[in-house]
Amino acid sequence: MSNEATLHTHDVHAHDHGHEHGHDEHEHHEQHFFSKYIFSMDHKIISRQFLITGIFWAIVGGLMSVFFRLQLGFPEQTFKVLSAFLGDWAKNGKMDPEMYYGLTTIHGTVLVFFVLTGGLSGTFSNFLIPLQIGARDMASPFLNMLSFWFFAVAGVVMFGSLFITTGPASGGWTTYPPLSALKEASMGSGLGMDLWLISMALFVVSSLLGGINYIVTILNMRTKGMTMTRLPLTIWAFLFTAVLGVLSFPVLLSAAVLLLFDRHAGTSFYLSEIFMAGKALPNVGGSPILYQHLFWFLGHPEVYIIMLPAMGMASEILSTHSRKPIFGYLAMVLSIMGITVLAFLVWAHHMFVTGMSPFLGGVFVLLTLLIAIPSAVKVFNWLTTIWKGNIRFTVPMLFALGFVSLFISGGLTGLFLGNSALDIHLHDTYFVIAHFHIVMGISAFFGMFAGIYHWYPKMYGRFMNNTLGYIHFFVTFIGSYVIFWPMHYEGVAGMPRRYYDFSAWESFKQFGELNQMISIAAIIVFFAQLLFVFNYFVSIWKGKKVTDPNPWQANSLEWTTPIKPGHGNWDGPIPEVHRWAYDYKDNGEGGDFIPQHIPLKDGEESH
Amino acid sequence: MSGLLLVFLVVLIFVVLYQVSRSSEIVAQIQGEEAFDKKRNKILGYSMLVLFAAFMIGIVWCHQYMMPLMGPEAASDHGQQYDFMFEVTLWVTGSVFLLTQFLLFWFSFKYKRVGNKTPHFFAHSTKLELIWTSIPAIAMAVLVAIGLKAWFTMTDKAPKGAMQIEIIGKQFNWISRYPGPDMELGKKYYTNINEKDNILGLDWKDKATKDDIIIPNGELRFVKGKPVELIIGSRDVIHDVGLSHFRMKMDAVPGISSRLWFTPLFTTEEMKSKTGNPNFVYELSCDQMCGKGHYSMRAIIIVETQAEHDAWLAKQQSYYVQNHPDEFPAPAAEPVKTDSTKKITMNN
Repeated sequence: MSNEATLHTHDVHAHDHGHEHGHDEHEHHEQHFFSKYIFSMDHKIISRQFLITGIFWAIVGGLMSVFFRLQLGFPEQTFKVLSAFLGDWAKNGKMDPEMYYGLTTIHGTVLVFFVLTGGLSGTFSNFLIPLQIGARDMASPFLNMLSFWFFAVAGVVMFGSLFITTGPASGGWTTYPPLSALKEASMGSGLGMDLWLISMALFVVSSLLGGINYIVTILNMRTKGMTMTRLPLTIWAFLFTAVLGVLSFPVLLSAAVLLLFDRHAGTSFYLSEIFMAGKALPNVGGSPILYQHLFWFLGHPEVYIIMLPAMGMASEILSTHSRKPIFGYLAMVLSIMGITVLAFLVWAHHMFVTGMSPFLGGVFVLLTLLIAIPSAVKVFNWLTTIWKGNIRFTVPMLFALGFVSLFISGGLTGLFLGNSALDIHLHDTYFVIAHFHIVMGISAFFGMFAGIYHWYPKMYGRFMNNTLGYIHFFVTFIGSYVIFWPMHYEGVAGMPRRYYDFSAWESFKQFGELNQMISIAAIIVFFAQLLFVFNYFVSIWKGKKVTDPNPWQANSLEWTTPIKPGHGNWDGPIPEVHRWAYDYKDNGEGGDFIPQHIPLKDGEESH
Repeated sequence: MSGLLLVFLVVLIFVVLYQVSRSSEIVAQIQGEEAFDKKRNKILGYSMLVLFAAFMIGIVWCHQYMMPLMGPEAASDHGQQYDFMFEVTLWVTGSVFLLTQFLLFWFSFKYKRVGNKTPHFFAHSTKLELIWTSIPAIAMAVLVAIGLKAWFTMTDKAPKGAMQIEIIGKQFNWISRYPGPDMELGKKYYTNINEKDNILGLDWKDKATKDDIIIPNGELRFVKGKPVELIIGSRDVIHDVGLSHFRMKMDAVPGISSRLWFTPLFTTEEMKSKTGNPNFVYELSCDQMCGKGHYSMRAIIIVETQAEHDAWLAKQQSYYVQNHPDEFPAPAAEPVKTDSTKKITMNN
């Protein structure tokens, strides 16, 4: 009820200042712990719920990668830690192949969906959309709360699947049928797969509830003067992320539902002419390729669902900490749009070697390589943004710079994989692993870290510890390249991904020493992330207090709120916007920035 | 116990780091925040240069370590096209990589904040933006053109007279089939499959099946210089015929038959001397996740001369004959069959 009241006052805030203020006071005293922190409808609390859940999943997913890296780096050795965590799946410290595949599958699934989608756009869309467009909350705080709780339940189901006797889904995060459709095909295709599908379905619901809310809020609830072209690039990125999600996630849901039918209702959407476990199955006429089309119709846009928020936040942070306007605002917006449109037209580049029509493959090559153009525009614009800047090397700035470096490195290798005649060799090798981990794994993480360090003062009214932040940056940046750079070479040599052990292969066993080195680097980087988690939680209570409401001297609206904004964000009326978000220039009084709510001076031209 | 100790140690290190960093805040207060920040900013600016240098040295070092481990040149005509394209793409992306990474780190260093100067207000330049929209567009057009030319050659119909070999994946091994003297692979259907005497489900009513040769461990024998067309299928889940030395790959999908053709350029023996590795062997790897034995789904490929191939072929008995010895009284029991059944049951 209090939320509804808040929302209704949104329209009339200008005339109703006194009431609004009193209302906030009331809220502070009366709100119960549960409605304030658990079943909260405040977008700021919900965003922190998304973030902390995301952190939990990142630790789980990261730990899984440490486990399977132990197997890959040291296939001959046994590890007590494996039996401690995996029990009978790692008898005497030696991981079972079924569990190896279970871990890689769940690692991929939770990092792509729970961390880099839920944890990234769930956190920052929620946190920044109302604050940066000048709204008191989301269009529907209730749906927003539901969105988080569907996400949480999806997580519970996924987590539960780790503990069942037949183990979690183990067919890779893409879960291609027939492997994922037939329980005889692998242990993970039993109950674990059902739970995976249910968890994904819940996640899709969460993502749709969130996405629709973000779109509606951005389009309808901008404060006075906040035209679309005055929006910070973060908001443009969140808008198109939500559009991508709303249009593509339902297709994943349909893929999952058909797969459930094939598994339990005897249908043959994806199954045809299969001989398994000593008998010929009755299914004829389906096509496993259909699933791949449906999956990648989400799967590829999903990559941009992960990337766009990171791009938007990096743009904002690079500009703020270089004390320069973002270069080519319009081009940045157009490139986000271009990427969004193209994201729907390139899915089949994941399927060049499925035997699909070579002509169709050719069309997808062309469309895929087109994405390089808006991506290149973005990179050059970022470089020009820092050019002749006045760069403050804060922790968020370092992560934003690291983001650009990783995005370049990972993006360029996409030109190899997008070209079918090269993909025909590189497909499903470590080259792919290196490519997508750098570009949509690490680089998106860097965007996310930049965002967390940058907006932490707004979230908690305190700073994260700087020194730990710098350690976190340098270890992660160097470590990521050490882990993934050499994998390009392994891929060029044809080393296939998703192998449990290479020692029997004459063509791939020479990389044993290298795999060890990579595993050690991965473990170090994992601990550096724990250091970040430590910093995050300790700083909530012990961090240096924020004293200036605008600690980074930034232009966007979130810094006009009180240091610790209550539900409703602004104590008084919502500020009116008079200029774009990137007026980093002489303000005539010795300052180098002019926030969005400051009216234009006489004779000053609006951008 | 040691696990607990480790956790304790990690937490301890974190706490120590945290306390140390708190003391740096106190130093900052004593020195004055502004001066401290300025000093730190300068150090971090220089560290960008160091980071870039380390990055480049690391790349060179990694390259030198990796190159001796990389395989030999491509062993097929299509593979050589791949190698050429790879090189072109590497030059294009490599130069963009070096340029942009250099600018990123150089700008970071050069434009670090030292005083309170107001930076250059530079928000937009149509000319610049047109330049860096059109240059990538042209580069992409070139890459697409080269790529598609190669792609359409690779995926074109196999030339007449190409050797046809069927390769079928199953959990977790490959089975290969050669057409025999009639040069024709007979019909098959999955309901005919049984592990005992018809592992591919050949349709014995089709005469063309009678002379087909089946190699249950999936061994492939190609002839140097002779185009070979692989007819690819799967009995159960999706597999993938990965031919890393030939730079080729194609999925094996149940219910669908896919194809792949190329011309092998070097015999296995030639590759042994080329690589200086007496154990060199062409390997067929499964490149599509197919279950717990995915990583062990290996088959051997032998590239030989026509004469060697003919001699090998002459020694093979057709699968039909192997499994219907009573119909063919003359040459007697072959151990191959029992071998194969054993292997299959083992793998199930």
